[in-house]
Amino acid sequence: MDTNQPALSVRDIHKQFGNVEVLKGVSFDACSGDVVSIIGSSGSGKSTLLRCINFLESPNAGDIVVGGEAIQTQKDKNGVLVPVDKGQLRRMRARLGMVFQNFNLWDHRTVMENIIEGPIHILKQSRREATDQARKLLDKVGLFNKEDQYPAQLSGGQQQRVAIARALAMNPTVMLFDEPTSALDPELVSEVVAVIRQLAKEHRTMVMVTHEMALAREISSHLIFLDNGLIHTQGPPDQVMDNPQSERLQQFLGLLGSNEER
Amino acid sequence: MNEFALNIINCLPDLLAATPLTLLLTLVAGVTGLVMGTFLALARLSGQPLLSWPAAAFMFVVRGTPLLVQLYLIYYGLGQYMGHSWVRHSFLWPYMRQGLTFALFAYSMNQAAYNAEVLRGAIQSISKGQIEAAEAIGMSGFQILWRVRLPLAFGNCLPVLTSDLIILLKSTALASTVTILELMGTARVIQRQSLQVYEPLIACGLVYFVVVVTLTSIMRPLEKRLTRFRKG
Amino acid sequence: MSECLNYMAWGAKGWGDEFFFAFFMTLKISFIAYVISFGMGLVFALFKLSNSRGLRGVAGCYTTVVRALPEMLMILILYFAVAGMAEKAMVSMGLVGSDFQFSPFWTAVIALAFVSGAFMTEVIRAGLLAVPRGGIEAAWAIGMSGPQVFTRVVMPQMMRHALSGLGNLWLGITKDSAIVSILGAFGELLQTGYRAAAATKEYGFFYGLTALFFLLITILSLVALYWMEKRLNRGQA
Repeated sequence: MDTNQPALSVRDIHKQFGNVEVLKGVSFDACSGDVVSIIGSSGSGKSTLLRCINFLESPNAGDIVVGGEAIQTQKDKNGVLVPVDKGQLRRMRARLGMVFQNFNLWDHRTVMENIIEGPIHILKQSRREATDQARKLLDKVGLFNKEDQYPAQLSGGQQQRVAIARALAMNPTVMLFDEPTSALDPELVSEVVAVIRQLAKEHRTMVMVTHEMALAREISSHLIFLDNGLIHTQGPPDQVMDNPQSERLQQFLGLLGSNEER
Repeated sequence: MNEFALNIINCLPDLLAATPLTLLLTLVAGVTGLVMGTFLALARLSGQPLLSWPAAAFMFVVRGTPLLVQLYLIYYGLGQYMGHSWVRHSFLWPYMRQGLTFALFAYSMNQAAYNAEVLRGAIQSISKGQIEAAEAIGMSGFQILWRVRLPLAFGNCLPVLTSDLIILLKSTALASTVTILELMGTARVIQRQSLQVYEPLIACGLVYFVVVVTLTSIMRPLEKRLTRFRKG
Repeated sequence: MSECLNYMAWGAKGWGDEFFFAFFMTLKISFIAYVISFGMGLVFALFKLSNSRGLRGVAGCYTTVVRALPEMLMILILYFAVAGMAEKAMVSMGLVGSDFQFSPFWTAVIALAFVSGAFMTEVIRAGLLAVPRGGIEAAWAIGMSGPQVFTRVVMPQMMRHALSGLGNLWLGITKDSAIVSILGAFGELLQTGYRAAAATKEYGFFYGLTALFFLLITILSLVALYWMEKRLNRGQA
């Protein structure tokens, strides 16, 4: 892998749902160690953008390049891009760790089984190796004694921390966070935020869609304000937030600012 | 002890001897039905018209007609056509001519249709997020099916599958109408031979009751174990 | 093919008219049995929800035993055994003359209803439990009598909750009515199919035809149920 390449490069992504164009050409890079946060009002297309990165949504145009390797796509009859080689897509996905808004842990597997599923069946690690690593990760997210529990037995915050461990277990090049705290009760947010903050300190490459402005400001190296399907403003977080150049951004930050007082 | 009770007890040895056949019908048709039902449900949900339409039609027709009619149709109807064709001269004929083969076939088909309907619902009700999580770590379609979709679906509908198995057990009584001497059939033979009207039926009811209660109490812990993920 | 059309001729030569009437006989048996089983289900559901231990016990025994035994066995027991006992009991109580006998038709229908009634009990019980208490209290509060509360508030809401279960039981009873064919010649579909198949040796054709008629009943029932569901769910979000 060429070390000068960004870890993740998103190039000119377009996405349409029916006649509505949700993304109108969005590009950004995340170099190794970058933390890119994407903010914007609901409906601005930020979750869709994140889901286009690992093709959970198929974009209508654009390229996704992971570690210098572009996912080969072609247009299908519905006008969306689908990967040519399913094997390549699966390899790429394995390198992109995704953390969902609603955790999406597998109900029928214990905490441990959730974490080792991918390493054993995708990365072909031995069970022993995978289990050892999983224990370390559980320790890291503060859930060392929960490995035999089922997701239904955990709180939302605990489930999300397991989901983060599950994504980390694949040893991904880039972590993708899709509003990781927005489905949580307010008192559970901080435990998940602490884990994410820790990952940032370790210089993990991350792309995060979030509503947590304080977190975004604290950990991001790069902040993107997405509005109406386009990147409206981007730059270092302090610059974007302290000195909003447009009325739109002022409006958005003002709204959130009043919320943040809680 | 009065005569009535004694008559009932006298029926029991023959009935107990017939119980394994009832269980055999239930287990063979139950297992075949579950396997076939899984494939049917997958075909139904495949999104391929060539697979989903025939599967839907099969499920609808089987679920929309009485089992007893299916049993007659297969036993007499298939028997009629096979009796005239090459099958008659094949080495399989002696086995196929027996009512048991036809009955097993009919019950398996029936059970497959009902199981498929249950599984279809269970597969459809799996939350999309869990599938996406599997896609996101790079699982293949088959891995997702085998490791996420099916285990979740079976876990969710196991209680219904169990009660369908009990319904199957009870419906094996109908096999007595196509010459099979399982519990019900044996009771009717005793009825004819002993000229007792009530006792054989009541004895038969007792045996069924015990078998059903036993099967239920075997399935409950199994159900609990397999679905232990559902509650804390 | 033309041979098959001959089989379906109307009148003495073919089986067309027999099947035509058998279709309605199956519907008639199913319908009467369904109405009776609904009544039984309502009574036993109220027993199950009553404060009396005895009544709850009776209803519990009924549903447990009937649901654990094969339909065919239950129907045979009721047809042979219980009908005979009931006749004797009624004669000894002087309710009926000494030559009284249930007609085989009614015995068969009641046997079918008795089996279905156990499942009906569970469906209605669940429906009754789903009726919100608030509405019942509101009915008491405006001064309705007990029967008024039941018929005007409880029943309509229970029906709405129980509709899909009641629909499934109807579909079930039309199919279970085939079991009645082993009891005797009531001229319903399966027994007619049996006679036609035996007379012509065309088993495949006539049992296939019988199945088609049952399928027709299912399809018509589904259409009717769909329509009823739409009507009953008016006012639901």
